[in-house]
Amino acid sequence: MNGITIALSKGRIFEETLPLLAAAGIVPSENPETSRKLIIPTNRADVRVVIVRATDAPTYVQYGAADIGVAGKDVLLEHGGDGLYQPLDLKIAKCRMMVAIPEGFDYAHAVRQGARLKVATKYINTAREHFAAKGVHVDLIKLYGSMELAPLAGLADAIVDLVSTGGTLKANKLVAVEHILDISSRLIVNQAALKLKRETLAPILEAFAQAVK
Amino acid sequence: MNWLLPEYTADALPHEAAQIERLRRAVLDLFRVHGYELVMPPLIEYLDSLLTGSGSDLKLRTFKLVDQLSGRTLGVRADMTPQVARIDAHLLNRQGVTRLCYCDSVLHTLPASQAATREPIQLGAELYGYTGVAADLEAIRLMAAALACAGTPAFRIDLSHVGVFRALAKAAGLDAEAELSVLQLLQVKDVPSLHERCAALAEPYRSALLRLPELYGGAEVLDDAARELPALPEITAALDALRQLQAGMPELPLSFDFSDLRGYHYHNGVVFAAYYPGFPSAVALGGRYDGAGSAFGRARPATGFSMDLREIARLAAAGPQAAAILAPHAGGDARLAAAVADLRARGEIVVELLPGETVCEGPRCDRQLAERDGQWIIQAINRD
Repeated sequence: MNGITIALSKGRIFEETLPLLAAAGIVPSENPETSRKLIIPTNRADVRVVIVRATDAPTYVQYGAADIGVAGKDVLLEHGGDGLYQPLDLKIAKCRMMVAIPEGFDYAHAVRQGARLKVATKYINTAREHFAAKGVHVDLIKLYGSMELAPLAGLADAIVDLVSTGGTLKANKLVAVEHILDISSRLIVNQAALKLKRETLAPILEAFAQAVK
Repeated sequence: MNWLLPEYTADALPHEAAQIERLRRAVLDLFRVHGYELVMPPLIEYLDSLLTGSGSDLKLRTFKLVDQLSGRTLGVRADMTPQVARIDAHLLNRQGVTRLCYCDSVLHTLPASQAATREPIQLGAELYGYTGVAADLEAIRLMAAALACAGTPAFRIDLSHVGVFRALAKAAGLDAEAELSVLQLLQVKDVPSLHERCAALAEPYRSALLRLPELYGGAEVLDDAARELPALPEITAALDALRQLQAGMPELPLSFDFSDLRGYHYHNGVVFAAYYPGFPSAVALGGRYDGAGSAFGRARPATGFSMDLREIARLAAAGPQAAAILAPHAGGDARLAAAVADLRARGEIVVELLPGETVCEGPRCDRQLAERDGQWIIQAINRD
């Protein structure tokens, strides 16, 4: 009950969080890429790491199944952030949320005409807000992956997706036309945990903040 | 036919219902001996009076229906506090201090979270007619006593004061829209976005707003706040009130958080929240909301708190499980009937079997009445 549980997703977020954990004196004892364990102990008896899907990290922390975690801003915007504190930009797993279209599609014209665009995305809330702010009507199509395929296969006029190097877009003859926002990962903290376990959590948060500076 | 309940609603089965009722009685008795009078406002009210002075959040969470008698829109209460404020302001009309308490179901259109019920049992107490810190002190103490009495003593009671942010927002010249957006960032301690949002604000208010999310912790936070926040009169007054509370309740596990601004739209003084291990948000919430009742013709200072009895009952350890005594069907046996009546008068549970009934499936019976030498005596039931 007094220990700390940290929710992390495998891959980029886990790798890039390791140095921050190290700054707080926490070293996970196994690598989730090679271990099948979902609960990983650390060098500190009172700290453990749970391995979750990136989109699930806010949910685990919101319901107190984990005390703190790391989640991309993209995931947080979709989740809504209820019950969470998000005090720190960890400046890791950086990318951009963009609108992309097939080469040759006259996006500006379509938007000006007030046409109803078909947009495929994993980020329904973010996309809805972005187009609503522009006053553009859209039909959103929720997809779970390979977004670039949707316009090529005629499923959608445009996509809203994360872009880091732009390589995938280019390979599939798509071009980014609008930058919605910059994405990086945030430290998220359960609100009750920050009150109840302040003595243990505060030094960890402080070490993270120093390491990010 | 599938007898499913609507989502986020649940029956309380005997075990849980007994626990809820035990705690309801215990806490209402505690309120009673503190001089808080129980009121029972109606489940439905005209929507305009039900939503008076509340935020849009409550509007969304209130079920609405049309009154067949008047043609007006009715709301099913999602929060009893405005109803109790109406009773104080409009019906009781006392000049001095009024202490009221309540415990009943409220209904939410949307659950507060995916783990919450849409039908919490709101249990709370309100104190009207006193502006000073002494009333807040009484409310916080009573909240702590209620939680302790329910078996879920507060591990942390977090205090804040909405006057600090209100003063900073005003001094920094934030309009209503900007104030709301900064408020939302503060509530989630979103420091990076707060930096962007406040970039254009004047000093020292910008630095002060950016500092609020980090001003949390023990009593030392009050010193930090006094040193680092601009000495606006409202801020000085707020810090003074918090200091008095801290000095007044050395026995309670107090902490402070200047960005905890829940209920900012109707609170206007000290706000407080109690936390208990194993529950991912506050178990009890309260604060000062002066001006309560102004829509009903009489602005009254007010402070109080409430909690969801269903959550408390789930968190608290189960109470002593009284086992029952099994009695045979009395028929015309006057001595047996007298023995049963005597046991029941002493508070024992006695289940009288009906003709042909041989076992009792609930409540659990661990003793039985048996006749021996013309006397009805109690025997243990042997289970193999």
